[in-house]
Amino acid sequence: MARGSGKFLKQLLGVATAAALISTAACGGSGSGESSDSSGPVTLEFAQWWAPELPAGAFDQKIAEFEQQNPNIKVKLLSAPYASTKQQLVSGSASRTLPDVVGLDGAWVNDFAKQGALADLTSIMADAKYDPKELVSQVKVDSKTYMIPVVNFVYPLFVNKDLLTRAGVQSVPTDRSEFMEAAKKTTALGGNVTGWALPLDTAVPNGVQNDVLSWLWASGGSMLTPDGKPNMTSPEVQSTVDYVKSLNDAGVVAPGSLTMKEQDKVEKFTNGQVAMVIDSLAHVNLVKKNNPKLNFTIAPIPAQDGYTGKRGLPYASWGIGIADSSEHKAEAFKLVQFLMSQKTNGELATLANGFPGNNTAEPDLSESDPLFKTAFDMYKQSSPANQFVGLPKSEDLMRSFDENLQLALTNKQSVADALNKTQQSWSSII
Amino acid sequence: MGQPDLRTRDSSVGAPAADAAPPLLPGRGRRPVSKRLAPFGYLSPTLILILVLMVIPILMVISYSFQDNVIVERNPVFSGLANYANVLSDPDFLVAIKNTLIFITVSTAAHLVLGLTFAILLNTDVVGGVTKAVFRIIYILPWLFTIAVVAVIWRLMLDPYGVVNYILTSVHAVQKGVDWFGDPSTALWAVTFVNIWSGYPFFMISLLAGLQGISTDMYEAASVDGANAVQKFFGITIPQLRPVLISMAVLDLIWTSQQFALIWMTTGGGPLNATEMLSTYTYKQAFSSYEFATASASAVIVLLITLILAVFYVRQQRVR
Repeated sequence: MARGSGKFLKQLLGVATAAALISTAACGGSGSGESSDSSGPVTLEFAQWWAPELPAGAFDQKIAEFEQQNPNIKVKLLSAPYASTKQQLVSGSASRTLPDVVGLDGAWVNDFAKQGALADLTSIMADAKYDPKELVSQVKVDSKTYMIPVVNFVYPLFVNKDLLTRAGVQSVPTDRSEFMEAAKKTTALGGNVTGWALPLDTAVPNGVQNDVLSWLWASGGSMLTPDGKPNMTSPEVQSTVDYVKSLNDAGVVAPGSLTMKEQDKVEKFTNGQVAMVIDSLAHVNLVKKNNPKLNFTIAPIPAQDGYTGKRGLPYASWGIGIADSSEHKAEAFKLVQFLMSQKTNGELATLANGFPGNNTAEPDLSESDPLFKTAFDMYKQSSPANQFVGLPKSEDLMRSFDENLQLALTNKQSVADALNKTQQSWSSII
Repeated sequence: MGQPDLRTRDSSVGAPAADAAPPLLPGRGRRPVSKRLAPFGYLSPTLILILVLMVIPILMVISYSFQDNVIVERNPVFSGLANYANVLSDPDFLVAIKNTLIFITVSTAAHLVLGLTFAILLNTDVVGGVTKAVFRIIYILPWLFTIAVVAVIWRLMLDPYGVVNYILTSVHAVQKGVDWFGDPSTALWAVTFVNIWSGYPFFMISLLAGLQGISTDMYEAASVDGANAVQKFFGITIPQLRPVLISMAVLDLIWTSQQFALIWMTTGGGPLNATEMLSTYTYKQAFSSYEFATASASAVIVLLITLILAVFYVRQQRVR
């Protein structure tokens, strides 16, 4: 009898285990935004890649401040590196299971908004009676705001002063001719040194944005027509790509550019193998940490010869958005407001070595590297430029241009053909 | 204690025995039902996991491949074989198939040859136990690194200004540093080489186990018959290892065809599609172009190819 009941107990246990698994699986798929009763605290999920890039614990401290100010709102940080955050958000956007608040790159916004995964911040701001005049910029799709840049990172020209001096170049190049001359002279130094690095790896094809089209934007050029259509066959784009090809043909570009990644570029500049690179200001500390003896400065990206207009300065952002599927949009916007407030935004920008998304906030540069002060002055005098922000399938656009550019650089097609094919490819997407 | 069990078994096997036996326990009529359910109860965790983690996702991907831009479109429509036609007529996909075939066949062949060579070296009686242990550790090292580490190591080693080019230029084998990963003519061979380097130790260990299982009597008998080393190798070693060799080769073909991380972290499928594989093509379709239907069609084609290899593997196992 005892044995019989023991067997039955075991059978029951088996069924119970199965039931528990089913319920676990069901819970796992329940998506974001833990439900709460009307009186209990609301828990917001916030997916971003910022926390891993900030000093350890710094972002958690900011979130703790927010929770202290809003006792009824708890924030669960979902922190992961940029690439994995992107993959998670792409899947989440497609399946409409985004966390309540999401860190965004401007390049993703159009696709997520078109998929109906992001909430319209214009109406949320209106509901919350929030005045957006303090925001440096907003990323819109069809006249509706879907992303607010929280911190901006500029991409100036990094220059190895010692290499330039050794090569007999007296001053940092300001136009394309001076840059070509400086690149040739530094390459002529020999010993594995080249003038410039051009990372064109197609796995993450943002090299065409940061290192190629930045030359166009620096001279006030545009890759789009005024109504937002592709304009890759314009004379100014042709002139930019011709210039990049002339640098390649002159042998002043570090070898391996067709599969070079951004981190390789930073590495080569840090090791003194490359005299000049266009890179994120956020890498200043990294470069100094890895090679404290490197004598370098930053400068605006050289413009077309004779250009006197306002310089465009490429940038990338830590943007923020709210999921359309969130049940707590009002609470989510409180978190956005907190991060965009003058005090918090300034502090966050200081911690991140970037520039604030709130135009009344000032980063505290008193204890940071003097180069950040130089960059902040540069930032205020230039207009931020990144035309991929808000475009559909922006990574695909970059990749198709990248592949055509690679064919042009390896003389498998002309620059004009590369731009024509890019124009055709882009026209089917934009 | 054992008797009720025996009688219970009798009752389930043969009706005459059941008719003869008086009822032993109250509620006995329910027991066969619970008994029939019991195995499923025990198996259910595994069955549910297989269902949730394998069957449902695979069926979903297959259904996606027959719909029009699924996931991104809220209301996708059935599109028949259109996605398959798109994929199969895409020149990039055909290049990916060609590259994948070269990559997996060369990798598997080299894994077999290198794995067997090192296994034989480690199985020899010529060197002592300590020496063999040291070499066993050295040979197995590449397998211990994660793919991310392997990719970083070889990106640095094969850099135009890296160690490999330094050695080659020092001995005047090449005039100037070769851009192994960045040159379309060498990139595929470079990633294949790295894959061979990182994968041969697994073959080596498996084949070493196989070699140690071959009876020495056979070699002694062959020696008595006057067979030389080559004859022993082809007459005893290879036939004895044949089941292991075939199993390992088929498994390696399957694993290598799914290689993604190494390609992504070294060349990203470039330069100029020279290292584009079925895995990288599918990834780009899904996560860069947001063409989940096309990506699903491509994934189903990969699944079919892998399935053929898997069937071959299972049949080979059954024969054994």
